[in-house]
Amino acid sequence: MNASEAKVAATLDVDAVRAAFPILSREVHGKPLVYLDSAASTQKPQVVIDAVSHFYETTNANIHRGVHRLSQEATDAFEGAREEMRAFLGAEQVEEIVFTRGTTEGINLVASSYGRANVGTGDEILISHMEHHSNIVPWQMLCEQTGAKLVVAPINDDGEIEMDALAGLLGARTKIVAVGHISNALGTINPVAEIGRLAHQAGAVLVVDGAQGAPHGAVDVQALGADFYACSGHKMYGPTGIGVLYGRRDLLDAMPPYQGGGEMIRTVSFEGSTYAPVPHKFEAGTPNIAGAVGLGAAAAWLRGLGFNAIERHESDVTSYGTSRLAEIKGLRMIGTAKHKAAVLGFVLDCAHPHDIGTILDQEGVAVRTGHHCAQPVMDRFGVPATSRASLGVYNTRADIDALVAALARVRELFA
Amino acid sequence: MSDLRDLYQEVILDHNRHPRNFGALDDANRQADGFNPLCGDKIRVRLIVEDERIVDIRFEGAGCAISTSSASLMTEILKGKTVDEAKAVFQTFHDLVTGKTEGDLATLGKLAVFAGVSEFPARVKCATLCWHTTQAALDVNSKSEQTPVSTE
Repeated sequence: MNASEAKVAATLDVDAVRAAFPILSREVHGKPLVYLDSAASTQKPQVVIDAVSHFYETTNANIHRGVHRLSQEATDAFEGAREEMRAFLGAEQVEEIVFTRGTTEGINLVASSYGRANVGTGDEILISHMEHHSNIVPWQMLCEQTGAKLVVAPINDDGEIEMDALAGLLGARTKIVAVGHISNALGTINPVAEIGRLAHQAGAVLVVDGAQGAPHGAVDVQALGADFYACSGHKMYGPTGIGVLYGRRDLLDAMPPYQGGGEMIRTVSFEGSTYAPVPHKFEAGTPNIAGAVGLGAAAAWLRGLGFNAIERHESDVTSYGTSRLAEIKGLRMIGTAKHKAAVLGFVLDCAHPHDIGTILDQEGVAVRTGHHCAQPVMDRFGVPATSRASLGVYNTRADIDALVAALARVRELFA
Repeated sequence: MSDLRDLYQEVILDHNRHPRNFGALDDANRQADGFNPLCGDKIRVRLIVEDERIVDIRFEGAGCAISTSSASLMTEILKGKTVDEAKAVFQTFHDLVTGKTEGDLATLGKLAVFAGVSEFPARVKCATLCWHTTQAALDVNSKSEQTPVSTE
């Protein structure tokens, strides 16, 4: 880290960060928007919006096929974004970065391509009880297709994986271990490196659902021991419909293609086709080029802010939120892990989450209510749904105060 | 406009806190389940129907204030009605909460308090879950297993 990087990493200028997000200046129901739903989708800074419009205004063309100038520039912009994501995830080679539609497609790609080539009857896939549906259902589908078995590591009352139990569930039959980096419903930061070590000892590969991991801390796929790491652009201040799957080079090289079509082939004849080298082998069809360019801009912007500063700031607001919410009578936090990030899930004794969501919305406060695509987590904690305030880099203690004030309105009506 | 008190009227808050006709109905000859998985709202409606008339109706489950109070008020108004009358009330109620009409408030009685729901489109599914569930129960002539009704 050079001197200027050290400087930006020291503190976060939150006012400047907020000013970078045009949407934060709008009102909802006549109140200033208090956006606490970043775990569902983050807002976009001007640099990302500009990168996307600039691409369409000046560079737009299809990639990897034209000899004309625009096509070359579009290809350079697209491949430049891939390099940006390589650096962002700490991957060794740029060929290890596959563009996808998002985390869901990344996990489905692994399940479909790696899974069908390497998982058979009697094999096991190990996940945890806190997974998002997108890290459950693709594995269930793989199990149905192959006769493998889905095994679930339990979580404790704080919402942490029971590591002894997880270690006990690993064995010679375990082919894939798939866990979230950070839980979207609970905020738990999982000990991914430790899980990776255990998985590798058992001869399994580690697949990490990084949808919530990528926006909140520096990711180093090599240090984590992740064989695959999937993340989404729109949860890290980039556009929707674009994401990245990191895959270890030797694994990607050996895997069969995911979808067939243009872009992923080398030669095609009716007798048979040969495939392009990685990563293009996994990128059939014209990709979301402008989305990738926007994602590259988002990654560069995040790295410019510095993850030390981001983590420090978000951790401050998270702990402030935790203590302010604890003051509210009848409120129970769902997700109280020792290591957690940016997610405040809770239930109130006097009001259903759906009613809370409506009342908060009237106060301009946007939260998510429901099962957060994690129904097994709701079952584990014996609740039908929760309310979830989730933080982004632009949230402040004032946003927490607005949340607490809005929750007081809920109690006025319902208590 | 969409003031919270228009949505959460006293009658609604009262029926949420103290739902009427809540609990099991042992001699029921009709029943159906409703489930909105996104919200987590779950309801079971049981009825005793004799000669095409609703002799008794009760519900169980857990849900938000709109869905709970809607079910509670629904059971009050439907008790004693014929099946055809019940379906007509549902149609009027549905029009009311979707803002299609002011509805014939006379036939709706206390259900008129749900007029505010039309200002909150995301909550229409909460108010109508119990009604769709009841309709499914009335359309089936036995306690046979069926897929839970959903309004999501």
